[in-house]
Amino acid sequence: MIEVIDAGTLLTIQDLGRPGHAHLGVPRSGAADVRSLRRANALVGNAPGAAAFEATLTGAVLRARVSLIVAVAGASAPVFVGDVPATVGRPVRLAPAQVLDVGAATAGARTYIAVRGGIAVPPVLGSRSADTLSGLGPAPLVAGDRVDVGESVAAPQDLFTTAVPEHPLSGPEEAVTLRMLPGPRADWVAPASLESLPHLPFVASERSNRVGVRLTGATVARSRDEELRSEGLVVGAVQVPPSGEPVIFLADHPTTGGYPVIGVLDSASRTAAAQVRPGQQVRLVASR
Amino acid sequence: MGHAATLIELDDADLVPALAAAIFAACEAGEIAARDVVPAATTVLVDGLSRVDTAVLADIVAAWEPDDVETHLGGLIEVPVAFDGPDLGDVAAAWAVTPDQAVAEIAATEFTVAFCGFAPGFAYLTGLPEHRAVARRAEPRTAVPAGAVGLAGPYAGVYPRSSPGGWQLVGTALGQPLWDTDRTPPALLTPGTRVRFLP
Repeated sequence: MIEVIDAGTLLTIQDLGRPGHAHLGVPRSGAADVRSLRRANALVGNAPGAAAFEATLTGAVLRARVSLIVAVAGASAPVFVGDVPATVGRPVRLAPAQVLDVGAATAGARTYIAVRGGIAVPPVLGSRSADTLSGLGPAPLVAGDRVDVGESVAAPQDLFTTAVPEHPLSGPEEAVTLRMLPGPRADWVAPASLESLPHLPFVASERSNRVGVRLTGATVARSRDEELRSEGLVVGAVQVPPSGEPVIFLADHPTTGGYPVIGVLDSASRTAAAQVRPGQQVRLVASR
Repeated sequence: MGHAATLIELDDADLVPALAAAIFAACEAGEIAARDVVPAATTVLVDGLSRVDTAVLADIVAAWEPDDVETHLGGLIEVPVAFDGPDLGDVAAAWAVTPDQAVAEIAATEFTVAFCGFAPGFAYLTGLPEHRAVARRAEPRTAVPAGAVGLAGPYAGVYPRSSPGGWQLVGTALGQPLWDTDRTPPALLTPGTRVRFLP
């Protein structure tokens, strides 16, 4: 068992989400940055999709109630076991009552804390993910919450020596460049507007969340302003509402949306989008 | 739509549930592997396709003939409804009929679940004639109770759980819940299902 001492801005449990139910209006949900979830799980010898903690911006403080092995991946953040700095990118042993303190992210937005054995809350529709849009799955965690840890699978011999590659993150002052493939409604924006897109100085809004990164600071001029009838959405879809300020959809996106999708981020950029911080500059460029 | 998804647009919105059913059938038969098939108003989205399956899907759609729409549609679900909605009077006024006549017209309509969206288990039901389309409420309600039956645009729908909402509420669904995560499938009204509201 592990206890939440401080949940920070938003601390949720996430796995790979609940695909296969979108036709019933159920969002995929799951870790916003799937690559970092997999990395954290790999570091503790879990299956890639084991449920782990997703901490947001300000980190989280957790207390082990039993002996545990944990690992942190994703956004860069100072990590302490008690008052002792821990090696990031390695599995860390926690003795009963020891505290894991993941500080505020210094680059990126979401930190993943995997626990060997996975977090064992009851699954809903096959997933332990907290879906902040629909409310499915476990509620966001608050101080005092205690969650069970699953049974460990057989430990790989090299658990404490395996090198799992880290993915570079942009610093908070750097612009994040996201690469976009053409979307189904690219023709709903003026060609000149599409051409100027890479030069527009977008900024991620404070209203960004697990549903999507809301861009502000520049607008995309639409060439058609009639209403689009609702159509299916995917993770990484770049939607342009009437305001012209694009929204990049993340894990908790609604299953359908009624504004034109002008592009879809490529795989690497979907991960990068999940690590964009509010206030950070964002560039949208064409993927090739 | 990106590397791994295909969005298929149909000229005839009424064919959407049938095409979605055909694609679900292709998935079940192992012809393609897809993560999600999402019917909507005039489109079907197929997400999580490999490069090979994107091509196979294109062949399936090109060869698909919408001649047996009826056989693809799901069963009939009868939902008992108390027509006690706060907007029934407004809907009747918009239709230029009495509330009783509006109820009779809704009860006489066989609806089809065109697609789900907005919230888990929220079904967009088609079946009302075009001239019965009503506007959303100017002021959405902050909390619509679970089971509320509403109309908006060309659609009817039932709120599976309490949520904010702007649909014109005409009644309350009784009987089995619209959404139950312990049931398979968790949604009572799935795409293609035919629905009748019983007063």
